[in-house]
Amino acid sequence: MTEFDGFRSDTRAWLEANCPAKMRKPIRSEADLCWGGRNWSFQSDAQQRWLEVMAERGWTGPDWPTDYGGGGLSAAEARVLKEEMQRIGARPPLTSFGISMLGPALLKFGTEEQKKHYLPKIARGQIRWCQGYSEPGAGSDLAGLQTKADDAGDHWLVNGQKVWTSYADKADWIFCLVRTSSKSKQGGISFLLFDMTTPGVSTKPILLISGSSPFCETFFDDVKVPKDQIVGEVNKGWDVAKYLLGHEREMIAGMGLGTSGSSVMLGPAARPADPSLRTEIAAFDVDALAFAAMSERFAAMWKAGEVHPASPSMMKYAGTELNKRRNQLAMAAGGSEALEWDSERSRNGATARSWLRSKGNSIEGGTSEIQLNIVAKHILGLPGA
Amino acid sequence: MSLLTDDQKMLKETAANFLAEEGSIAKQLRHWRDINCRDGFGHGLWKQFAELGLNGICIPESHGGMGLGAVEAALVLEEIGRNLTPSPFLGSAVVGASAIQGTKHADRWYPGILSGEAVLAFAVDEGPRHAPEQTALEARRQGNGFVLSGAKQFVVQGGSADMIVTAARTTGSPGERDGLTLFAVPKDAAGLAVDNLSMVDSSKAARLAFDNVALDADAVIGEVDNGWQPLQRALNAGGAGASAELVGVASGASTMTLDYLKQRKQFGKLIGEFQALQHRAAHLYAEIEIARAAAFKAAALLDSGDERAELFVSVAKAKAATAASLAVSEGVQMHGGIGMTDEHDIALFMKREAVLGELFGDVYYHRERVAQLSGY
Repeated sequence: MTEFDGFRSDTRAWLEANCPAKMRKPIRSEADLCWGGRNWSFQSDAQQRWLEVMAERGWTGPDWPTDYGGGGLSAAEARVLKEEMQRIGARPPLTSFGISMLGPALLKFGTEEQKKHYLPKIARGQIRWCQGYSEPGAGSDLAGLQTKADDAGDHWLVNGQKVWTSYADKADWIFCLVRTSSKSKQGGISFLLFDMTTPGVSTKPILLISGSSPFCETFFDDVKVPKDQIVGEVNKGWDVAKYLLGHEREMIAGMGLGTSGSSVMLGPAARPADPSLRTEIAAFDVDALAFAAMSERFAAMWKAGEVHPASPSMMKYAGTELNKRRNQLAMAAGGSEALEWDSERSRNGATARSWLRSKGNSIEGGTSEIQLNIVAKHILGLPGA
Repeated sequence: MSLLTDDQKMLKETAANFLAEEGSIAKQLRHWRDINCRDGFGHGLWKQFAELGLNGICIPESHGGMGLGAVEAALVLEEIGRNLTPSPFLGSAVVGASAIQGTKHADRWYPGILSGEAVLAFAVDEGPRHAPEQTALEARRQGNGFVLSGAKQFVVQGGSADMIVTAARTTGSPGERDGLTLFAVPKDAAGLAVDNLSMVDSSKAARLAFDNVALDADAVIGEVDNGWQPLQRALNAGGAGASAELVGVASGASTMTLDYLKQRKQFGKLIGEFQALQHRAAHLYAEIEIARAAAFKAAALLDSGDERAELFVSVAKAKAATAASLAVSEGVQMHGGIGMTDEHDIALFMKREAVLGELFGDVYYHRERVAQLSGY
């Protein structure tokens, strides 16, 4: 424990010295996040400095090997770092699908050249990635995807369409599932990486009911992808995709953690004059705090390898339904002010936009009904599910 | 804490095997109910608890106990809940032991708890709803001691107890936290009338009438007028314990119901094939898992002396009661007609949930406490 305490006190001191005060303020909106990438413009000097000092230390990918731009920390040390960051309310220096999703897959399936080439850039926030998974005809049934990559000798020729591609219009590169064989459903899928500026790639943002466009339709028209940009073997991309989905679930496991210290976070409206609304908020808080405890337990079980493989479905179901309820209550607590769409006082309709956006939580990443099916079949062992 | 240590896993396994075998519904709950037992539990089983060392979980090693804590108590209580085992464990070994902890009464009563000879009860409620700060039972000074007048109700196993930890008011008015004092009231105190009642789940709880019950100053537990702290300690231990037992009740009811869904056929199909039932069962599973996490979080925070412990005890009690209430009502509904018969066990879970849900404050009491502790 003593060497551990040493790491903790060193980490604490370093964070105190290096985390700018502005980066210790709670994240109020999407705009406070740092996504990085070729076209990123930092919101503030503090945001830029925070990313630079953290990347310099390898702490944007704390448990990645130092050779690839990571911090080389053990799992236990990485946890201490996370705790110490939470202690001072430090924002993540980088929000990145490269860090959370692609990186771990490259570490496991990538060639040495790929690791050396991509990982340091990801760790420094130089490439912003998007994920090309869903297609118009392949939603819940993802392995039914039809986007084709034909072997054209010295390159792959990609044709097809993706949908619900998060931030495709802002991303520099895509990691993409493509069909390289029609002989087998899962066994005909490969995992490609390519630059979104490659000729033939185009994106079209999808306007959501919240007024934002976090997702795009992404089109591929004779896109030439160099042969060495495949991760894992040809027709073995499903393994990579599944591994990566595991990391996506690990993120879901952490979802409720942010709520563990506080209540429903309705702001000044948290003392509603209406006693029956107050009662509903208290009922919600019980559920939210209980779910925070569940998230902690789940994360610990995940690390210890004691999680049932279908448990993330339970977490996803409960967490997203809870988030919808939170937003519904925030609307009620806000009254008519929460209905304002473009006023400064409403921060551009933040409450209403968040409420509308939350409706998608129980649809994206597998609907609540799909999650319940999975729990019923794989955990409860109910017949015919 | 989030995960169990090896010792805790072993304890859980010991408790699970013991209670499934010796504490089963047929051997205990139904047996004592059907012979109309005065205590509602078996003293033989209580001694078996003692032989396994379970009674010493919350008793310090210096007094011959195991010196463990709320987490270990919760592991045992979850198994008690799962088997609907009637026993003095929660009232005596958890709440009673916690109330007298660090006082001279510990020397007097810990040996009896450890050997499974003694039963303690805890008298706090005076009305139909839990409201400890409303304590009105009067304890006025007389000579070297006190004289108690007033009434208590919902005193679990009050008719079987050798000693009843009683919250009384030495100064101040109902509604105030100051001025409360805990007393150790012996079962045979002159002027104490005990009305031993059967509750809906066949457990026993007493109404107590104190008619000028004279006690020596020695009967005071802790400090005069400063009873709120030890009272809270006992109530938090009880709240966390009842939460864990509720999780066990929910889990037991849900297991029984899932088994039924996998064997009952209608329309030529197992009813568990119907998605209308599958989704409800899956939702219930999530609720129980979350309730368990909350219950063990509360216990862990109590053990580490964390300042959020009180908040999480209320979160746990409210969540566990809600999840268990859902489990038992879905259980009876999914069993259909057979679930309404006394012959079937499923509704026994419903009855137990009702009593445990009320004990140490119901869902509404604890939601209110969460609101207050959260500052709104």
